[in-house]
This record gives sequence, C-alpha cells and structure tokens, in this order.
Amino acid sequence: MAHENSKTPDFFARWRDVTSARIGLGRAGQAMPTGAMLDFLLSHARARDAVHSALDVEKLKAELDGPAHHVFSRACDRAAFLQNPTSGRKLSPDCVLGNERKELAIVLADGLSATAIQDHGAKIANALKAQLSDKWTICDFVIAEQSRVALGDEIGEQLGADVVVVLIGERPGLSAADSVGAYITWKPKSGRADSERNCISNIREPGGLSLELGAANIAWIVNRAKELSLTGVGLKDRFADEVALKGASSAPNQITGEGE
Amino acid sequence: MTVYRTDIAGTRYQFDTLGALLAKASPARSGDQLAGVAAESDIERMAARFVLADLPLSVFTEELVIPYEDDEVTRLIVDTFDETAFKPISSLTVGEFREWLLSNETSPEKIRAVAPAITPEMAAAVCKLMRNQDLIAVAKKCPVVKTFRTTVGLPGHLSVRLQPNHPTDDPEGIAASMLDGLLLASGDAMIGINPASDNVTRAGELLDLIERARLSLNIPTQSCVLTHITNTIELVEKKAPVDLAFQSIAGTEAANKGFGIDLSILKEGREATLSLNRNPTSDSVMYFETGQGAELSADAHHGIDQQTLEARCYAVARAFDPFLVNTVVGFIGPEYLYDGKQIIRAGLEDHFCGKLMGVPMGVDVCYTNHAEADQDDMDVLITLLGTAGVNFVMGVPGADDIMLNYQSTSFHDALYVREVLGLRPAPEFDEWLANVGLMGLDGRVPDVIGSGAARALIGRYADGA
Repeated sequence: MAHENSKTPDFFARWRDVTSARIGLGRAGQAMPTGAMLDFLLSHARARDAVHSALDVEKLKAELDGPAHHVFSRACDRAAFLQNPTSGRKLSPDCVLGNERKELAIVLADGLSATAIQDHGAKIANALKAQLSDKWTICDFVIAEQSRVALGDEIGEQLGADVVVVLIGERPGLSAADSVGAYITWKPKSGRADSERNCISNIREPGGLSLELGAANIAWIVNRAKELSLTGVGLKDRFADEVALKGASSAPNQITGEGE
Repeated sequence: MTVYRTDIAGTRYQFDTLGALLAKASPARSGDQLAGVAAESDIERMAARFVLADLPLSVFTEELVIPYEDDEVTRLIVDTFDETAFKPISSLTVGEFREWLLSNETSPEKIRAVAPAITPEMAAAVCKLMRNQDLIAVAKKCPVVKTFRTTVGLPGHLSVRLQPNHPTDDPEGIAASMLDGLLLASGDAMIGINPASDNVTRAGELLDLIERARLSLNIPTQSCVLTHITNTIELVEKKAPVDLAFQSIAGTEAANKGFGIDLSILKEGREATLSLNRNPTSDSVMYFETGQGAELSADAHHGIDQQTLEARCYAVARAFDPFLVNTVVGFIGPEYLYDGKQIIRAGLEDHFCGKLMGVPMGVDVCYTNHAEADQDDMDVLITLLGTAGVNFVMGVPGADDIMLNYQSTSFHDALYVREVLGLRPAPEFDEWLANVGLMGLDGRVPDVIGSGAARALIGRYADGA
C-alpha cells in the first residue's frame, strides 16, 4: 500500500508483514489518499470478477486422489444462484447419488468463489482423505456446482454418510478471493440448522490457515464428531489447544447468514 | 380475524392477515420476494399502505403476526407491553402516528415516554409509511444514551466500534489495526474483535490483549470478543476480562434456535457478565448484532417480511438493556438486500425502528462483493445515518475487513462524517484524545502525529502488545 502522506512517518512499517489490513494509509484531510483509494477500488473490481468465475471440473477431477461425482444444484446459472440461495441448497432432480454405505463424505463446492476451490480444493480434500483413511470409510468425492453449504446435507444423506465435510469457496473479500471454508455436519439431512455445523474459515495459501493445517483441523473435528455423535455449538473446537500450534484457527458460523 | 381491503380505481385489494398487510406495504426488496411475501405490483404495495395508514395502532395489541403459543419472542412482546405508556397514542391510526412523530409538538421527551409501549409491529408499520427523510427526522428526535466507561449516543456525538479483525487472530496483526484506529480517533463505542476461531482459550487471549492496551494507555473504552454467548459464559467462569457479552439475535424463536440461543440463555449470559461488575456506570453489558434477512436465512420467518422481523429483534434486545446494538445491514448479501438502494433504505429503517423503541442503535454500513453496491452507496448511507444521529458506526482499517471478507466503513469515513456534520467522539474519549495529543483544538486529528505524546503512546502500546 502506498504511503502517501509524506508528513507522517510510517509507524506501521514494522507490522506490514503480519497483517494485510489496510493500516497506516495516511490522509488527505479526513479522507484516504488517492493511491490508497484507487487500490481499494481495484481490489473490489477483482473480487467482483471472482464472484462470477466458474469451476473447471475436469481439471479439478484430475487433481483429486480418487474418483469424483459431479452434481449441480437447482440454480440454473450464476444469476439465479446469487438471487435465490434456496436453489443452491437443493440438488437438481437430475442428480441422484446412491447410498455408498461409508462413513464420511467430502464435497468440493464452488460457493461464492470457484477460484478458491479451483486453487486449493483438491489439496485440502486429498490431505483430509489421507489423514482419515485409516479410521474412516470414505465415499467418492463429490464436486458440486452452483452450490451453497446446505447442499452437502442432501448429498451426505443420499450417500448415507455419518458426517459430511463441505469445502466451499467463501465470499471473496478485497484482500483474498481464494479463501476456502469447511463446514462439518453430523448425520447430514435436509433441514439441518447452521448451529448444527462446525466451521473452519479462511483456509488459503498464502495469507490464511495453511491447507495442511486446515485439513488437520477438519480431521480433528470429524473425529470429535464421532466421539460426541454431534456437530455444532455442542462441539467446541479445541484443535489449537491440543496441537498448540500458532496460527491455527477455526471459526463458528456466528454472524447472520451463511459464512460462504 | 379481520380482513384488510381497499379499492383503487375499481380494483379490490385484499390482505388476509396483518402479517400479509405489513409485508405487502414494505418497500421492495429481494428478501421479501424470495420469501414470496412481497407485493406483486407497485399499486398493490400502495393499496397496502393506504389500508395500513387507516389502521388503529390498537389493532397491533389485539392481532399478533406470529401466534403467542408458537413463539417466545411474541410472548415477550405481549407480556411486556406497557399499557400506561401507550395511552397518549392509543387512539391514533398508523398514518396519524407518523404525523404525531413528525409533529413539532412532539418532543424527544414525549417520544421517550411512549417508547416502552411501541411494539415492533407498530414501529415496522409506521416505518413502511415513512420516506427516508421521515426516518432520519424522527430518529434524530429519539436519542438513546447508554454509559459504560464512555457515554455513547449523545446528540452531537458519533462513536466508533474499532474492529481490528485478523484472519488467523494474530495478536500482532490485531494490535496493529487497533493502533491505527486509535491514532485516527476510533474506538470510543468499543474495541470489538470478531475472532476467526471459536476456541474459548483464544477468545480469552484476545480479551487480555485489548485489556492490556486499554489499561496501559488508560483508554476510556470497553472491549468485546464476538464469540457465541455460551463461550462468553465460559470466559466469565474463567474470570476473563469480559466487558460486554455479544450475541447475534433474530426476531423469532425458531431463528434464534438457529443461532443456538433462546431468551433464557441471553439472560444467563447477561447475569454472568454482570457478576464481573466491570461497568462502572450502569447495568448495560450486552452487545447485540442483528440484520434484516436472518430469519428467512434460517427458514424461520413465519411468512412475515424481513423489516418487521428485524424490528422484533429490537424487542429482544431492549429486554436485556444493551449498551450497543448493531444492525449489520449489508452483510447478509444480495438475496436479502439486492443493491445500494435497498441497503440504504434498510439501514435507515433499522436505525429508526431501534431508536423509536428505545434501543441504542449503531449501524455497520456495509456490503459484500456479490451485492450490487459500492463505496459511493456507503458514503450516502453513513452521511444519512450521521444526520439521523446514529450512536456508532464501524471503524475498519481502510474499510476492508480481512477476516469477515466484506466492506465496512473506515476510520477515515468516521472522521469525514464527524467533520462534515460537526460531530464529536464520546466525551470521555474526546478528552483522552486531546490529552494524548491525538486531537487538536479544532476537533481534528493532527496532520503530523509526531508529537512526543503520540510517540510515547505508540512505544508503550507496542511494548504492551
């Protein structure tokens, strides 16, 4: 970020490598300097473009360690998806998955940033599968387009899984258009409330929770879900305590609306 | 049950329930269309408003939009209705109530006296008959002042919640954003962090971080880590420095269940927080967040429009004497508020309804990257809210929240509003800013922050953090 106001020394230089927040911008009167203002507007333009990106499904399939189903929600296109979230929470009638009689389902969903899943989805999913395959039976991967978090409920239910993990492209921010969120739901079925899920957000590299740690945190919650037979507010995420890792984090879905 | 109808140019418009009437009278927005409760044409919307204008306010004490036996929020509204306070307005229709609120004869004291009798449905009804200028003019007559270590909501003042979020809760990153905000005169409403983690130990560490900065720099403010209220109860048990208990709330019992709460949990959280005795001036220790669309998002809207449901949140809020209530107006996305026009209208509605009901409203003037809105829309809304006397707005470095991935308002934005409208920070904070050299006699942040005092501040702060 350009530091425009030459009269004020850059007190913030020492912190610029620990945060991407727009700190120490300087001022023109009360307002932002021109450079900082234009930087912001450029970032907004980038995020707008990411919202309207589409998944390259064949490329994603090629990167996954194992076969993958490809399903769609009822939202016929991006415009319908954005204006009617309900349509993104239900499977298209053309998409039917059989009961695989396995415990864990892993869904890769475009959500509000196909860019995020394209860039990081396969690595997280592969790491998760590798970490859990000794204790869990795992369904084939599912790639879902025009998908919201709750589409995983119907997918998990059809597959007959005990737990569904939905890796989903989070709504692009200005500094990152490639954050993945992971939503973990015990006994998935249509109609689950947000409070019945656990969530880990901001999985991305660089700048967020690393893909490896993100997968480890998801695996921790998945194992804990089996012990407790639940997910959601009753399952407190103590992954960071147990592994005592700095920089590891997970987030509740605590603000109004979906954390997608 | 009453049937509501009117004829316009030979066409009969009929509304089967009070809830349907309110929904059809509401200004157009995507969330009501999504819920299938919006008016189907502009004329139908006007027909509903004509019917609403002639409806006696007393109807709202007789007919309930969500049944008493189905919903504890309805029970709260009915059971706490103040019949004595209602007397001065009991004979008015909704249309007359609008004129009463706008009347030069109706002083702020008169409105304050009837506030306990204004149910959310009454507030929502009159809101639907008001233009944006009415929402501003009346809200300005309804100051709601609350005290903790600062006094927030006084006419002529605008406070800021400093929101120094970081995607991995990195203490240094959070500290840097806090310092940036303090140097730009933000943080008098509170310093409040949305944690990336719902880990209770981490939340306690973040509270300690703010507490050390607050004590070492002697800042008159209060702090909050926005974690689920059940986590906050756990933090209180661990004797963490909890000033304010946070919770997202909704306007129906079922939607609150979606947040993992009910009224009894809120009560428990408040009592736990009060047990720490950290508010030196009052029993206001709650911080609530709301926002139109939460009930529909949780599939718990009972066929009621989102603006009416939002007003019901304020009935929940006022039952717990909050210090701050924040409508996060554009956070939820375009499926509820499609564009800048709808976000601006909703922000003004929420602020008006909250203030009318006696709730200390602030507004997170914000939007997401999938909404049809931009910085120009936010400039309009924050200017209008400053004019309307909003208690507080958000202060985020450069308006870019790097954890929650949305655009809020910047420290600069708050400085701009204070400048153009002649507003000052909370008095206690104002005095502190002057004492440490962060605000000049002209009420502005000095161009050169190079004074010995500020340097010492930064030095001490960096050591403390």
